[in-house]
Amino acid sequence: MLDISEIRQIEFDVLVIGAGGAGLCAAITATKESKKVGLVCKSLLGKAHTVMAEGGMAASLGNVDKRDHWKIHFRDTVRGGKMLNVWRMAELHARHAADRVIELEQRGAVFDRTKEGLINQRNFGGHRYPRLAHVGDRTGLEMIRTLQDYGIHQGIDIHMECTALDILKDENGKIAGVVCMYRDTGEFIIFKTKSLILATGGGGKAWEITSNSWEYTGDGYAMAYEAGAELMDLEFNQFHPTGMVWPPSVRGILVTEGVRGEGGILKNSEGTRFMFDYIPEKFKNETADTEEEAARWLAGDKDARRPPELLTRDVVARAINAEVKAGRGSIHGGAYLDIATQRSAEDIKKKLPSMYHQFKVLAELDITKEPMEVGPTCHYFMGGIRVEADTTMSTVDGLFACGECAAGMHGANRLGGNSLSDLLVFGDLAGVGASNYAKQLGAVPKFNEEDAKKIIRNATSILNRDEGENPYLLHEELQNNMQNNVGIIRTDTELQKGIQNIENLKEKNKNVKANGSSQFNPGWHEALAMRNLLITSEAVARAAYMREESRGAHTRDDFPTESEEWCQYNIITKKGEDGNMQVIKEKRKEPNAELFRIANATLEDLEAEVAEERKSQL
Amino acid sequence: MGNRKFKIYRGDNTKGELVDYNCDVTEGMVVLDAMHRIQADDANDMACRWNCKAGKCGSCSVEINGRPKLACMTRMNEYSPDETIMITPLKAFPIIKDTVTDVSWNYKQNLKIKPFSPAQNKNNTEKGLVMQQVDVERTQHFRKCIECYLCQNVCHVIRDQDAKEKFVGPRFMIRLASLEMHPMDDADRIPAIKEDHGSGMCNITRCCTEVCPEDIQITDDGIIPLKERVVDRYFDPVTMLYRKLFKK
Amino acid sequence: MTEVIGREKSFLSTLREDRWWISPMLVLFGLLSFIVYSTWAAWQGEYFWWSGALNAEGFGGYLSPFYSPTFFLDITKEGIPPISHALFGEWPNWLWWLPGHSPAWLILIFPLSFRFTCYYYRKAYYRAFTFSPPACAVGGIPQKDYKGETGVLLFQNIHRYAMYFAIVFIFLLSYDAVMAFFRDGEFGVGVGSIILLINPILLGGYTFGCHSLRHLIGGRMDCFSCSHSAEHSHSRWKIVTYLNRRHQMFAWCSLVWVGLSDVYVRLVSMGVITDLNTWV
Repeated sequence: MLDISEIRQIEFDVLVIGAGGAGLCAAITATKESKKVGLVCKSLLGKAHTVMAEGGMAASLGNVDKRDHWKIHFRDTVRGGKMLNVWRMAELHARHAADRVIELEQRGAVFDRTKEGLINQRNFGGHRYPRLAHVGDRTGLEMIRTLQDYGIHQGIDIHMECTALDILKDENGKIAGVVCMYRDTGEFIIFKTKSLILATGGGGKAWEITSNSWEYTGDGYAMAYEAGAELMDLEFNQFHPTGMVWPPSVRGILVTEGVRGEGGILKNSEGTRFMFDYIPEKFKNETADTEEEAARWLAGDKDARRPPELLTRDVVARAINAEVKAGRGSIHGGAYLDIATQRSAEDIKKKLPSMYHQFKVLAELDITKEPMEVGPTCHYFMGGIRVEADTTMSTVDGLFACGECAAGMHGANRLGGNSLSDLLVFGDLAGVGASNYAKQLGAVPKFNEEDAKKIIRNATSILNRDEGENPYLLHEELQNNMQNNVGIIRTDTELQKGIQNIENLKEKNKNVKANGSSQFNPGWHEALAMRNLLITSEAVARAAYMREESRGAHTRDDFPTESEEWCQYNIITKKGEDGNMQVIKEKRKEPNAELFRIANATLEDLEAEVAEERKSQL
Repeated sequence: MGNRKFKIYRGDNTKGELVDYNCDVTEGMVVLDAMHRIQADDANDMACRWNCKAGKCGSCSVEINGRPKLACMTRMNEYSPDETIMITPLKAFPIIKDTVTDVSWNYKQNLKIKPFSPAQNKNNTEKGLVMQQVDVERTQHFRKCIECYLCQNVCHVIRDQDAKEKFVGPRFMIRLASLEMHPMDDADRIPAIKEDHGSGMCNITRCCTEVCPEDIQITDDGIIPLKERVVDRYFDPVTMLYRKLFKK
Repeated sequence: MTEVIGREKSFLSTLREDRWWISPMLVLFGLLSFIVYSTWAAWQGEYFWWSGALNAEGFGGYLSPFYSPTFFLDITKEGIPPISHALFGEWPNWLWWLPGHSPAWLILIFPLSFRFTCYYYRKAYYRAFTFSPPACAVGGIPQKDYKGETGVLLFQNIHRYAMYFAIVFIFLLSYDAVMAFFRDGEFGVGVGSIILLINPILLGGYTFGCHSLRHLIGGRMDCFSCSHSAEHSHSRWKIVTYLNRRHQMFAWCSLVWVGLSDVYVRLVSMGVITDLNTWV
């Protein structure tokens, strides 16, 4: 019989799960406030998905265009998010991003510079001004390495290659700890903690064509869900418009939006620059309508409007999708992204070195000479664990979430560059929130031993049963299902089919079997992740089925337009009393009047207001 | 491209063997794809470490036909169709299982390095540090490092001579170089570079630079300039005298 | 299950199946050839000068770079410059023991020390001669207490001083190159003039791409834009960097060319071949 006292236990004030940008930020901030801070990560430290971020982090530093201001960043964010953002979160983000970026520089990040020697900023889709602090096209690497090199000196107890299995609570429903497993040895460990921060990222690995790595299995969503927390807005899955489409083995790997930010244009097989045909009404006034104007903008003319390639990601992804469906796709079923005719070879190599390298090695293609082939790839979850904006606490006492696994900040669609700054801002807030909660708590709550036993038994039974389903094949089946039935363009019947398939897979997964021992066994790890992927997928599919409109990244073929009515609602998923998933349509809070005004002001008015404000401060 | 033969190390740090596998290879596949195919079809429990699959995270470092490489950036068509591809774990580090090694030693080296210490001068403003692009370029070049540890693995001081106690290895030499050449860093690491980090252990045989998947000029731009800075401080009577006289 | 594969730390242990030994073999062959030839050539002490006739007088002539500058001359030898070329006159008695009474012995230490401590040649001979390691991912000779360049090899740190001398030699050899365009005071061009002109150019490409020079001239600075003089240093640093990227190429080209120059002057001086020129 399993004896919990034989399992190693470590006690923390604050424990962070996930060591990407958000997790590291949260842990670093927590060390300033709390004594014992732990950090658990599924991979090695510094390998988390943040390294894949390329373009930059958005912050209204105003180093390149002095007119920038947090209010305009806020307006861009909520308009990009189709007004479904949690207002307060978008505000906090826009207000604090600049400070956090400067703080990151003090910790050792070395951004590209402007002529004045300040942090350089580049253009990106949906951002009014050049706003993305960047380092070539490897900004995510810079961020994670900076936080890592700084973080290791802050006294954080770091546990690498350690998978969190499930959350433990005390009898009052407060967070008490988490059961984890070291991947290399298969040893179980219980981390007892006063507060727990989830920074586990998204669940893009449920799709076949995805820019996400194996880590992105929705662990945070599933653990929070099992612990009784509410998930919100999971139907909004961003498909990044430009993933690689050829060769097949690299399908989905990200091509940074920076390519378009640096002037790259999209063409179909007929050579037409098709994005001019897809400019939504709402952005007509802010987007160039001729190639001539777009070219002037690229040359730095501040009066010219932005090229349509820099529309928000949902728009561009749908446009590429539509071109391919209309038979005007590239040879391998994508669109052509051409930077070669727009910039000199030297510029391209300097500004986009890792894209150059990536295509050279993986596709044997020289992007300074030929156009890339790109197509939409599953990229980011706007939805996630529902949190309170200022503290980042979820609906479970002591459970916090930040980064991609938290919901609300990005509404129905995320702007490029807003995720890295989201990690910095909300990572930091989570560190503060979790520390404050831990401080007022006193002792670490006592976890329920039966729960811990059950979690461990569930995990080991996968290894112990004599025969069962192959986890790799189950995963492939799920990916097919999500790709075909819960993809970019969704319909009633496909979603129903998708949900039914997930139900079947859930049944099969009860009998999943991993061969071999518990030591560094990817088959077992895959099987453990399946539960999380299935919960995540189900929540996505059910929420997508419920939301009968097209908004941002969620596109319903049967409800092709935005509906005023639906803008009033969030979709909440949580575990019901009966153990089944509950999907609730919940009325949103009234927005703060001032924020509402900023979001709905015209750009000209807002720019004038900001200029006025600046003048009066002088 | 047809069916290809593989030999993959299966086992741990005490015993193991090269196991034969076959895998159908299609256009554009990299070695890591083949490993995944083999893992899904024939060897569910075969350990392999990977993340981004695009040469950005530096997780999938292995030795392919005896040469240290990233499995995700090594295309199958680099090898002739009848060549058997042998995949073994990094030699310089203890094997955990199959092709996965324990690289924790590297993380301990990083801890020894004095972190970035921003100068508190007029160039440290509330709008951030004021530095020109030309001045940060050297530092940025080193910061391309993805910590795949291929350089650490191929460095003979670490790999063959077991001098892990005396030398931090090429990866951390360039981390030191990135800090030492940072225009706004205030700390002095030269004594530590000579003594604790062991710049003299390197005999500049350049294998680190040869294997670097990010094409970082580890030797020419990183290690040699650091060695020269050590010479300034400890071996060159003229610069030593100059420092004494002008108290620099 | 067998023992762990490919992990033994012994000499030449590797899983590499490509021909990794080619490169160190070529280096071994190349450097050994040069060492053998240059030793032989230095040993001769004669036939290192030609100016139209054996032991001819007058302004100008071809001088083998192995023998420049000439400190002393043993006037009993054939194919040597006029005694006025010797910086310190006739061969002194106290140097009776130098093989072949060859002035080359007195100066070869300078280029030799520069090349020996060069950051490129160190790689070349550590791989090819001392096998530490012979090639990447190929086992070197295991040592109990490996010291790298902290023990006996600490002297490698004199490289910058060797570099200072090497720069002096660029000027000396440039002077020789100019001299090669004159014969008995008359300007002209011969194959030898061209060869001796290319020599300091290649040596310059090599010497001015030196890692130590790159450090001293600007690399030691952390900020290139912080002052006017730093900006100038940066421009110079960029030039040295350009050459430094080609250090290996210049190292070999200049090495071969120096040897070739000596061979040419020697053969002409010995009368084996005839120098094509404009003077005749």
